[in-house]
Amino acid sequence: MEHNENKFLVGVYDDEDVVLSAVTNVRNNGVRIYEVYTPFPIHGLDEVLGYKRSGLPRVAFFFGLTGTTLALTMMIWMMGYDWPMIVGGKDFVAFPDFIPVTFELTVLLASLGMVGTFLIISSLWPGKKPLLFDSRCTDDKFIMAVDLGKNKLSADEITSILKNSGAVEVNTKIVEE
Amino acid sequence: MSHVVSPVREPLVLGGKTYADVTEDICRQVEAKPTKLWNIAFLISLVLLGIGMYSAYRTWWYGIGEWGLNKTVGWAWDITNFVWWVGIGHAGTLISAILLLFRQKWRTAINRAAEAMTIFAVLCAGTFILLHVGRVWLAYWCLPLPNTYGSLWVNFNSPLVWDVFAISTYLTVSLVFWYIGLIPDLATIRDRAKTKTARIAYGILSFGWDGAAKTWQRYEAVSLILAGLSTPLVLSVHTIVSMDFATSVIPGWHTTIFPPYFVAGAIFSGFAMVLTLMLITREVFDLKEYITIQHMDVMNKIIIITGSIVGVAYITEFFIAWYSGVQYEQYAFLNRMSGPYWWAYWSMMTCNVISPQLLWIKKIRQSVVATFILSIVVNIGMWFERFVIIVTSLHRDYLPSSWAMFYPTLVDIGDYILTFGLFFTLFFLFAKFLPVVNMAEIKAILKTSSDIQLEAHKPTVKAASHSEAQTRPAYNKDAE
Repeated sequence: MEHNENKFLVGVYDDEDVVLSAVTNVRNNGVRIYEVYTPFPIHGLDEVLGYKRSGLPRVAFFFGLTGTTLALTMMIWMMGYDWPMIVGGKDFVAFPDFIPVTFELTVLLASLGMVGTFLIISSLWPGKKPLLFDSRCTDDKFIMAVDLGKNKLSADEITSILKNSGAVEVNTKIVEE
Repeated sequence: MSHVVSPVREPLVLGGKTYADVTEDICRQVEAKPTKLWNIAFLISLVLLGIGMYSAYRTWWYGIGEWGLNKTVGWAWDITNFVWWVGIGHAGTLISAILLLFRQKWRTAINRAAEAMTIFAVLCAGTFILLHVGRVWLAYWCLPLPNTYGSLWVNFNSPLVWDVFAISTYLTVSLVFWYIGLIPDLATIRDRAKTKTARIAYGILSFGWDGAAKTWQRYEAVSLILAGLSTPLVLSVHTIVSMDFATSVIPGWHTTIFPPYFVAGAIFSGFAMVLTLMLITREVFDLKEYITIQHMDVMNKIIIITGSIVGVAYITEFFIAWYSGVQYEQYAFLNRMSGPYWWAYWSMMTCNVISPQLLWIKKIRQSVVATFILSIVVNIGMWFERFVIIVTSLHRDYLPSSWAMFYPTLVDIGDYILTFGLFFTLFFLFAKFLPVVNMAEIKAILKTSSDIQLEAHKPTVKAASHSEAQTRPAYNKDAE
């Protein structure tokens, strides 16, 4: 998102249920919300903000499928073709014996692939400097940021909408890019 | 949206806490200077680690001949300790994954520490794998790597190879799961840090977390999928460990009951270890309002269930040994009970089957001292269980001329001390520098499960019973 003026209005709420109803309220008043920052996940917040469901479960599935394929291909090739050997009178490709390793590699790749994707798409990495509109958002306050450059309404109008929706404070913050 | 919780449910957080109180209470010990008690405890762990390192040096320099093994008993304390530590680790994943899927909200206060314990316990188990291979610099031979002989690969029919994959996957996934859960809390510490070092250190560790609604949405998806993946994973790990024994043809090992029996035993010992650690932690860090008597009570109930499953498994093994009509199998079990290792067998029976039954009494279940003692007794019992399974099945083999006893050497004991040193050093570091309770999750249940909130919505006539079935939330947005 571009910021024409890089100027944000920051509504501070102190209750999870208030911020949840405030989001609907503020959006119905024609204000575009930049993002809401909370100290813990609030169920239903993504829905009222109009966010689509996360595609991460699908990512996990495909990484898992890769793990399954990789494990089976590796074992069938190694034990069945590259160096076949009789162990305990079993078949070269003794499929039931391959299930544990297949399962473990499926889980390993699904987890690592999904978590890696999550970190990349959410741009989280060691040492990244966070954009904090209010540092209390990781403690006990719920922060609603509104980008003035993206809204047609004036700062005063938005301030009163935020106040009416239950914000205990409304601050202005200039974000330097 | 806060969840509707039945008013008859016991409060999970006491003391009328606000969100800010939660942050303050949990961050206090992270920000304060280490206490004298912590310093002493940490120093003792370091000394244990030091003694253990010397012992590990002896093991690797002179080889595993330093142990009390002989040609009849070729596996003893190494594998006993390995299985013991892996088993202990299972409780953390059970609490963080399985209880998450079952929406057991009481897990929030203890899951962080339990998961940390899992990781440290699995590292200790891994230490025994590295110790028992003897030539540790060749440990990579158990990986499927090409070699100079035209690539003779590892044998994928062997449970020992499955174990390599199971333990390393388990360690990796547990570590990732734990760390993802830590990130929001590390950000909380970063944003209130007063010193520059803390700001930089927690700044790097917290990955630039800002608590955006979109990130939380993805975070929730990731947690749920990781829980879903970890649940079968944790069951598979001890199943595969049990197959190390069950797929062999040693009487006393070659039984199909092993996988469920080992998994139940693992959860049993793990919960005991979580209780031991949590009872100390809540005392030392003054977290009695978060880790309540109620928590102890539920965990004790899980201990009774799993302890009883283990008891039934012991009896079933005996029955099957008799019913099979195989005289070697029958002898192995009679020898366990009445042979030269009768004391180990009866210690196991007393500690695992008899003493946990005391927890049927509510007073004992809710007594901190009694629970603490019983939790240690359980882990002694579970150590003996592995010792009994491993050593008594081996020490009298098919040829009476090869019968032998196992006597541990100082190096055997030293290697065991090594893992205690490692475990407690890591645990104390964790308890000092990282939040021991998951703040974000506690805050998320605060509005529905704290005592003031529940008090406000209490009906005038209190329901007489507190059974679990009745306390299911009427409507749970979570459960979708």
